[in-house]
Amino acid sequence: MPTTETFYEVMRRQGITRRSFLKFCSLTTAALGLSPAAAAQVVEAMQTKPRIPVLWLHGLECTCCSESFIRSAHPLVKDVVLSMISLDYDDTIMAASGHQAEAIIHEIREKYRGNYILAVEGNPPLNQDGMSCIIGGRPFLEQLKEAAADCKAVIAWGSCASWGCVQAAHPNPTHAVPIHQVIHDKPIIKVPGCPPIAEVMTAVITYLLTFERIPELDRQGRPKMFYGQRIHDKCYRRPHFDAGQFVERWDDEGARRGYCLYKMGCKGPTTYNACSTVRWNNGVSFPIQSGHGCIGCSEDGFWDKGSFYDHVTDTRVFGIEANADRVGLVAAGTVGAAVAAHATVSAYKRISKPATFGDSEPGESKQQTGDRS
Amino acid sequence: MNTALPTVKRTAVYVYEAPLRAWHWTNALSLTVLAVTGYLIGSPLPTLSGEASDHYLMGYIRFAHFAAAYIFAVGFLFRLYWAMVGNRWSRQLFALPFWRRRFWSELWHEVRWYAFLEQEPRKYIGHNPLAHLFMVVIITVGGIVMMFTGFALYSEQSGLGSWQDRWFGWVIPFVGQSQDVRMWHHWGMWIITIFVMLHVYTAIREDILSRQSLISTMISGWRMFKDDRP
Ligand code: HEM
Ligand code: HEM
Ligand code: SF4
Ligand code: SF4
Repeated sequence: MPTTETFYEVMRRQGITRRSFLKFCSLTTAALGLSPAAAAQVVEAMQTKPRIPVLWLHGLECTCCSESFIRSAHPLVKDVVLSMISLDYDDTIMAASGHQAEAIIHEIREKYRGNYILAVEGNPPLNQDGMSCIIGGRPFLEQLKEAAADCKAVIAWGSCASWGCVQAAHPNPTHAVPIHQVIHDKPIIKVPGCPPIAEVMTAVITYLLTFERIPELDRQGRPKMFYGQRIHDKCYRRPHFDAGQFVERWDDEGARRGYCLYKMGCKGPTTYNACSTVRWNNGVSFPIQSGHGCIGCSEDGFWDKGSFYDHVTDTRVFGIEANADRVGLVAAGTVGAAVAAHATVSAYKRISKPATFGDSEPGESKQQTGDRS
Repeated sequence: MNTALPTVKRTAVYVYEAPLRAWHWTNALSLTVLAVTGYLIGSPLPTLSGEASDHYLMGYIRFAHFAAAYIFAVGFLFRLYWAMVGNRWSRQLFALPFWRRRFWSELWHEVRWYAFLEQEPRKYIGHNPLAHLFMVVIITVGGIVMMFTGFALYSEQSGLGSWQDRWFGWVIPFVGQSQDVRMWHHWGMWIITIFVMLHVYTAIREDILSRQSLISTMISGWRMFKDDRP
């Protein structure tokens, strides 16, 4: 089944016209933020380079990444990209099943050693010998490690593969871990989000396939072009934030006027994602546009960072949860009261005691002037 | 307690040189602005009515925070430099002699003095050991933590590749994620606030009750001792 056809040949075989193909190339170029001149490069690459196979594995997950992916905004993008990758292995959407399916992984590993992309959705659980996720009769961890051994690069789809997500949330009974904790010797591209935006997914995979190189990543392994800025940096409600106009309660006047959702716990200021520019569902909307704050779904451990509806969230240390403002106000109040009491006692002592200052009385001081520097 | 007897001798030592004093008051001001504006960033003031273009309240509050933050940071660097070229007491803020027994015994004595268990405090040309401990832990160590977390948060708005990002961007994954950095930065505000409450109270109290001057020392630089006993 693996072929040495070019992408273009595959697409034509799938019934995609030349016109559509060219459109796809320019769309992709734009999505990647490249100059219009780069479109020619994409066309060239697609026509001459042999198709790079993609294996798409599924571990512990909810399949929301696949669901998102197949809803890519432009139907053209969806068709093209699917035709590029569905030929190989994706246990959710491929035709093959059972032994036949598992055989594909072996075949790709043999034939394209060091030259295929491994896309991983979900993550492996480590407790109970990995029994919480069995694929083809074996723990997912084994399949993952084998498939990763000969790949060129790994794409970690979604927050599960990138950070751990819900199955790794406290107390993480199956000890689910993100991909980078079990695969150490391959470049890993993290595309977090729960799920990631379809256009971001297709653009990342197209970039990899056409340019045969990894897009520029940030410190944590996320493509800079989509995760280089926070939701807050590009949010259309930002002028209300700067002005100091907030939704104070759900359904208040501010909510109707579309004020900033900061006080309702919007995590836009701490979340790196492309929602406020690319948006969702064919660019129709995104959570903030619908009146609800961002919950920070593309951030590490977002389930365990306290309420989605507070800005000052609880901090969890050593199993204790505490809120900085609540503790801080009580502590400051207590210290204030203690200072007042201490001052009172000090004043009382001083009044009730005759003077001990001056040279007149040695008191009990036998010590030397403390100068310790 | 001014007995005003001519027999009371006051010895004086020049302790805090002018640049250090200037730093102290600038620093006190910048930290006050930082704590107040920081709190208002975490819990903004009630919503303003009218058009968004009529106001820039959060913008100004954040600007004041960042301006004070730069003053604090530059001041901190200056203070570090002054510790190298200044007198011996200028080094106290960056050196805690915790390996000396004497430090701990004097510290204990100071604690007992505050607990009304000692009749009289000891005399110190520099900081008393309790104040010294708090200043090093909260202003030096705490200040460094606030600067690292603060500039890491700043790097989020100045963007990838900015100098804040290159120098401090690593703090975010090191601590966890952006929200964690914010919350630790926020906790720091409360710790500094409580330090300031205690510091100001003890400065006033000791100025009155101890055997030496305090507040005027931070103004004129001279430490006056109220008696000649050791
Ligand atoms: C040392 C004293 C400081 C105190 C007491 C302080 C306090 C605070 C507080 C309470 C917040 C609100 C956090 C939240 O709940 O979101 C905050 C935010 C912030 N602070 Fe500080 N801070 C200090 C120093 C600094 C420094 C040195 C910087 C460096 C530039 C800095 C930069 C920031 C930034 C960028 C934010 C986030 C503002 C925003 O995104 O709107 N802070 N600070
Ligand atoms: C935000 C407020 C303040 C902060 C952060 C602060 C911080 C400090 C620091 C770090 C030192 C050590 C100086 C050094 O070794 O370089 C110091 C000393 C001192 N501060 Fe403050 N200060 C504040 C406000 C005040 C105020 C309002 C007063 C007066 C009532 C005051 C009185 C003093 C005195 C008297 C000393 C010298 C203590 C001694 O001689 O041992 N401070 N302060
Ligand atoms: S709604 Fe959220 S992301 Fe938008 S400006 Fe307000 S806090 Fe920032
Ligand atoms: S707005 Fe926030 S919570 Fe919503 S999808 Fe985007 S990153 Fe996730």
